[in-house]
Amino acid sequence: MQNLTLGEAVKQALREEMLRDENVFVAGEGIGVGIHNNPKLPTHGLLEEFGPERVKDTPVSEAAIAGLAVGASVMGLRPVVEIMFNPFFTIASDQIINHAAKLRYLSGGKSKFPLVVRIKTGAGIGAGCQHSHNLEAWVAHCPGLKVVMPGTPADAKGLLKTAIRDDNPVIFIEDMILNFIPMPVPEEDYTIPLGPADIKKPGDDVTVVTWSKMLGTALNAAGKLEQQGISVEVVDLRTLAPLDEDTILKSVRKTGRLLVLHEATRTGGFGGEIAALVAEKAFNQLKAPVKRITAPDIPVPYSKPMEQFYIPNEDNVINGIKSILG
Amino acid sequence: MHLNKLNLLRSMLQIRRFEEKLEQLSRETEKIYGMMIVSTGQEAVASGVGAVLDPADVIISNHRSHGHLLAKGADPKLIMAEIFGKATGYNKGKSGTLHIAAPEVNVLCTTTVVGGGIPIAVGTAFASHYKQQKNVTVCFFGDGASDEGSFHEALNLASLWNLPVIFACENNVYSGAQRVEEHSKVKNFADRAIAYGMPGIVVDGNNVLEVYQSAMKAKERCLSGEGPTLIEYKTYRWGGHSTHDQQSYQPQEEIELWKKLCPIEQLKATLIKEGVLGQEQYQQMENEIKQAVEEAVKFADESPWPQPEDAMEDIYI
Repeated sequence: MQNLTLGEAVKQALREEMLRDENVFVAGEGIGVGIHNNPKLPTHGLLEEFGPERVKDTPVSEAAIAGLAVGASVMGLRPVVEIMFNPFFTIASDQIINHAAKLRYLSGGKSKFPLVVRIKTGAGIGAGCQHSHNLEAWVAHCPGLKVVMPGTPADAKGLLKTAIRDDNPVIFIEDMILNFIPMPVPEEDYTIPLGPADIKKPGDDVTVVTWSKMLGTALNAAGKLEQQGISVEVVDLRTLAPLDEDTILKSVRKTGRLLVLHEATRTGGFGGEIAALVAEKAFNQLKAPVKRITAPDIPVPYSKPMEQFYIPNEDNVINGIKSILG
Repeated sequence: MHLNKLNLLRSMLQIRRFEEKLEQLSRETEKIYGMMIVSTGQEAVASGVGAVLDPADVIISNHRSHGHLLAKGADPKLIMAEIFGKATGYNKGKSGTLHIAAPEVNVLCTTTVVGGGIPIAVGTAFASHYKQQKNVTVCFFGDGASDEGSFHEALNLASLWNLPVIFACENNVYSGAQRVEEHSKVKNFADRAIAYGMPGIVVDGNNVLEVYQSAMKAKERCLSGEGPTLIEYKTYRWGGHSTHDQQSYQPQEEIELWKKLCPIEQLKATLIKEGVLGQEQYQQMENEIKQAVEEAVKFADESPWPQPEDAMEDIYI
């Protein structure tokens, strides 16, 4: 099996889908000729292979990039556009939230918008709060969108292929820290359905529900707790919309304890939705209050000690789990 | 394409009578729920541009869309049923008057986010270019929309990539309650094209023949691969922003002046003068259109309502 970073796995998925379907094209800022000539980045080398008609470097125009995807998709193409950093999504958000998410509904189901918006995200890159800000709850809140946040390169490859083949608009959010951690990725052409969560580690005492980069934090914490005789089940959501309620509820009914872990800030974060789901449907099986481990409600700070303070870490998770084990 | 001036007259008259009926129903009955926005006085833009379009050509429209839909050949019955909120409407009652999409005639998006359709038109035009299809996109928007950031991003990108799109700016003098002088220092919105290296043309939007010629030229430019054109159609909305607008900001003399420039009366006078149209023939055209409007109302009236739970359909595939 090959070892790839998430960026390389994304690139493999893009490349294979572009070879498979000529209606797939990619567009975005610096995706052809970028300022970082780094082979680990997701679109590196695509321009050389597929040419400027299918790998479209755009001006710095996020609304136009997202509108390009909306318009091209209703005409039968399968655009995969990139928003360079999650905070820049706000400039594209009219096109994504008011248009991509709603136009199928407004057509009475006559039109479809098979587009993918890839968004790079995550703190830990020393770029401050206008480059780092996890906004997945914004898009997960909008009916009409599917929201994918892979936590491993292998998942990223299979999920992105499905996202490109999906007839609905998909927001595909990639944590940039995962672009620098190689992990095993199957070499064959495979897809992973959008929806099902994946139990990355089975356990009996407590359920941790998480996604994206925090999966690694959860697994590391679970490994340490295992040595202390505490059995943690780690549920990787992989997609926030559709949400795999069954897997979450089944796990919580088994363990009786839930900790939700995400890098995004707490208030209005998607963790609250998981907590509410469990409160509504598995309240009687809970042995302890639900615990949330998230970033504090602050912008991502620049200075390294403060930035690291912002990102939930293993110790936060271990302490959180111990606090609900009683 | 052979220009049939009688068809232009018929098209404008159809839009006028259709929207007069909408206003009447909206004001006097309970049949129409919510906002009503019409284009009375601006019909020449929709009809003149619509006449140069083939079935495969695409329209991206805005909140003032009925004329664009009708000029592209949309079915008045299905438009009326949609406006009534009935299950038989173009979008099963999910759009209402404000967001009608008629993919059957390639009106692919009507958006009420001001300026929101302009980047989408870049996308549809890109698809035509990518697939090497010989069709164009027309994006209709108002003078107010040209103040939005989306306008500038979209025009820049469309021009950069030489995309086959016609940006049809209907300057109807008012953006909400603001006169053009109150929302921009630019005298001609077409001048904004200079910033993006594309032609910007000012056209009398109440002269349907000039509208037609300008759109034909822009379409030819698109199809020859030379890229987009911004056309500013100078026109006037006789009514308010919507039918519930009291028009306190619109001087009565101004409205009367523009009514004398009625695009329908102008073409009618020309055609009578040229001997192409007789009074009897005109009356017959009127009768046919009025009858079609009444049939649309009857169809909408007699159509079933959607079931409440139908609201849960058509979100995902």
